[in-house]
Amino acid sequence: MILLNTRTSTNGFDGRLILYYVLLVIIGWMTIFSTSYNAANPQEFSFALPYVRQLVWIGTSVVIAVGILLLESRIIQHSGYYVYAFCLLLVLSTFVLGSKVNGATSWIKIGSFSIQPTEFMKLATALTLAQFFTEGKTVGQRRRLWVIAFAIILIPALTILLQKDTGSALVFLSFVVLFYREGMSGLIFVFGAIAVFLAVFTLMFNEIYAVALLTLVLVIAWIIDRRDKKKVLRNIIVFVVAVLFVAAVNIAYEKVLQPHQKQRIDTLMGKTSDPKGADFNLIQSKIAIGSGGFFGKGYLNGTQTKLNFVPEQSTDFIFCAIGEEWGFVGSCAITALFLMLVIRILRLSEKQRSPFVRYYGYGIAGIIAFHFFINIGMTVGLVPIIGIPLPFISYGGSSLWAFTGMLFIFIKLNDN
Amino acid sequence: MNSQQNSRKYILIVTVMLILAVVYLIKLFSLQVVNKDYAEAAKNNALRQITEHPDRGLIYDRNDSLLVFNDAAYDLMVVPKELRTFDTLDLCRILDITKEELETRIEKASAYSKIIPSLFAQQMSKEDYGYLQEKMFKFPGFFVQTRTLRSYPEAVAAHILGYVGEVSEQTMEDDPYYKMGDYIGISGIEKAYETELRGVKGQRVVLVDVNNREIGSYHNGEEDVKAVPGTALWSTLDLRLQRYGEQLMQNKRGSIVAIEPKTGEILCIVSSPGYDPNLLVGKDRSKNYRMLLMDSIKKPLFNRALQAMYPPGSTFKLANGLIAQEEGILTANTIYPCPGGYQVGSHKIGCHHSGPTNLMSAVQHSCNTYFCKAFYNIISNKSKYKTIQQGYTAWREHIMKLGFGTTFDTDLPYEKKGILPSADYFDRVYLGHWNGNSVVSMGIGQGEVCVTPIQMANMLAVIANRGYYVRPHVIKAIGTKDHLNTQYMDKVNVDIKPQYFDPIIEGMEMAATAGTARGAQIEGIRVAGKTGTAQNPHGRDHSVFALIAPVDDPQIVVFCLVENGGWGASVACPIASLIAELYLTGEVKRKAVEENMLNLSLK
Repeated sequence: MILLNTRTSTNGFDGRLILYYVLLVIIGWMTIFSTSYNAANPQEFSFALPYVRQLVWIGTSVVIAVGILLLESRIIQHSGYYVYAFCLLLVLSTFVLGSKVNGATSWIKIGSFSIQPTEFMKLATALTLAQFFTEGKTVGQRRRLWVIAFAIILIPALTILLQKDTGSALVFLSFVVLFYREGMSGLIFVFGAIAVFLAVFTLMFNEIYAVALLTLVLVIAWIIDRRDKKKVLRNIIVFVVAVLFVAAVNIAYEKVLQPHQKQRIDTLMGKTSDPKGADFNLIQSKIAIGSGGFFGKGYLNGTQTKLNFVPEQSTDFIFCAIGEEWGFVGSCAITALFLMLVIRILRLSEKQRSPFVRYYGYGIAGIIAFHFFINIGMTVGLVPIIGIPLPFISYGGSSLWAFTGMLFIFIKLNDN
Repeated sequence: MNSQQNSRKYILIVTVMLILAVVYLIKLFSLQVVNKDYAEAAKNNALRQITEHPDRGLIYDRNDSLLVFNDAAYDLMVVPKELRTFDTLDLCRILDITKEELETRIEKASAYSKIIPSLFAQQMSKEDYGYLQEKMFKFPGFFVQTRTLRSYPEAVAAHILGYVGEVSEQTMEDDPYYKMGDYIGISGIEKAYETELRGVKGQRVVLVDVNNREIGSYHNGEEDVKAVPGTALWSTLDLRLQRYGEQLMQNKRGSIVAIEPKTGEILCIVSSPGYDPNLLVGKDRSKNYRMLLMDSIKKPLFNRALQAMYPPGSTFKLANGLIAQEEGILTANTIYPCPGGYQVGSHKIGCHHSGPTNLMSAVQHSCNTYFCKAFYNIISNKSKYKTIQQGYTAWREHIMKLGFGTTFDTDLPYEKKGILPSADYFDRVYLGHWNGNSVVSMGIGQGEVCVTPIQMANMLAVIANRGYYVRPHVIKAIGTKDHLNTQYMDKVNVDIKPQYFDPIIEGMEMAATAGTARGAQIEGIRVAGKTGTAQNPHGRDHSVFALIAPVDDPQIVVFCLVENGGWGASVACPIASLIAELYLTGEVKRKAVEENMLNLSLK
């Protein structure tokens, strides 16, 4: 197996990961510069400018990265629970101290800077799971351990959900990559896929059609399995569960989701079209990316992103600027860079003898991949608009610090 | 858990990610490379094409006095596609319109185009503009465009200058140059010289951000097209004369047309009652237009100089005198006896003079008998024409050559042809049985013939020029004052020998010195004149006067008609003469006459 290199020792920190990191951060800063730079109307240098602030974040990130590389691996490996507890406290504190940004109360203001504890919560959860799995040893066999593992991701996820930061909460789903690797049944994915299909079907049409579809499937299953009473019974149970699920989706959609979230889902399902209202963000985002063409308009030549047509153009929608200015070529490059980064982490994880590093590597690879696919997907209309940043690239200190920490902890642990 | 199983999971995870990535790249490829709509959309999104409306060409009079200029106006434009929720009430309040009106306008604009800016509210006041400009960020999809409005330093010559208005949908369909909300000349000079006056629209491409703010020019303005201002025009009108003519015609109905005979240049053309051209400018234009249109008493929009058809009266005798000579019916010295009237069967056309009369004296005294006889002889000339139809047709052709029964088709708006019946018409009316006496009243300008003041003035020009005219027109030069408007400079020959004009002019001069037209005398200038009294079946006769001056080298011909003015000598004669005096001497010395005419009210 080529992929499973059995080399037992590594020499120094992984240069390629550091290279990918540096490239992504540089691309990120250049793009942030481009979105706020206006040749016709140059702004005075000021700390209010996003690209200036991002420089500060990058500088501090380098300090964090170097600090992590100087730490004892042992300390990192045993700090998971404390970090988790601390971050959870921070997240909870936003209920009291938090200020509202984009409908979510997940920010803590410190002077002129705000931090978002949820970003660090992801890192903390990855560390904790790694530590928990390492200490629980044979996780695959023990149901109780799985329950705790799920609890570890659900506690922060639900807390964050309560803060109406749905996007960040959903990120915790990415740990299924780690769970799958460490023995969770693949059937969960099959069930997951069916559940997603049912949910989408319900939202796209309505619950009555969904139940009708399930009934049709039940009848077909009954025709096939009619001789086997046990199977018939099983089919009926599955049917009832599925109907309950459809009902739950419906209730969630009607009662739990915020109006703007409902609108986003409706837009994605093609149920409504309102180019001036809710669709506006997506349309503007697609126009920006689509107008880039094959080679793009050239660096600093974007019009859509520079003129504030695209919402959140330096944070969640930063890919629009890349798509517009660098075109399809740039889209490919960014995709390739992220894929290489994630696959490199997975590959190094597989090579690791230390299970902790493997657990941790799979955890953060899942997070980064999830962020990438959801972020790009929402800008091109493949997934609903979920406000999560593009790792290393989007403007924002919390996000950059958290992802830098995440990656450099892996780099540090990997060199052991 | 064996390592083979784990490596399979690793491969599966990586494969799923690769497949996802490929799906994403396919989506990106379709979005960025295959689908061209987005590039187009981006252009409309961030770039706004702002039409630069050029200033309309200025119009000067023949002495470089400004007749029409431009004033700044602010139009509110809307781009329906860029509209987003805004405070409709606030905008309604600023513009002083109802919510329904606002919605109707937006619908209308959307129906025209979603992305091309449409006119939403025109000609806001400077105050409204200033107020709105500050609040512009609150109204995405709207922007203000400056342009100019016509303005008139003096409220004269409204009929001839015409007016501009918003282009009609039909015109937009026919001519792609015009976009919704553009202005176009609708009548008068504005219409006739639309292509010269309008200039060439320019275009500025600016970057706008999502909040409707202009960020700067696109490509450093490389794609901008500068607007070319409209061409200036020099009118043949003499502002002073025009103004004076309109003053003289105050509180009267009728018309004055003065022409420089050698060039056909109209020096003044008055139709009274008129209106202030400033009324047909700005946002109240349609309201004012309706008001003018509804005024059925004054009919201010009716251009009497070109459209009113009157029986020409005695001034028509001049034409018949010319035709009779050309047809060989009489010479200057042919004498007809006048027994104080012309007998037609049991009916007698009276004449206020009597005795033997030659042509000059017939003109001088406006002898009805003489011209009835002459007319009868022209059309009943058995030696030349077998039938009355042929004789009449020959006469009619002469009359048409003099410019009657037809239009000049120059830059004058909406001319009427007048009435000049053909022989067929009389065949129908008299069931084929008619003779020279049936229509003899046409010999003295009564009966079936009707003419417009401009046609009469043109006939005077023919007499002054001794045989030709230049079609009357109102634009002298285009662009620069020495770049002459050559389209109307041809001489039109009327096929009457020059010598036949002498007795006519002589008779007219005699009339002005010792005849019906004595009131036309101007100190130091030889004036030729002819009075007329156009019979008016609806009321008091119209006062008519024809004037040529100076006789030795005519510089001006004036035709004046004052409705219900009575005798030609009473009103039309002094007015025409005052006009000529002002034009030829630069001042009016007969203050008493002037005073009289200014104060005369025939309303």
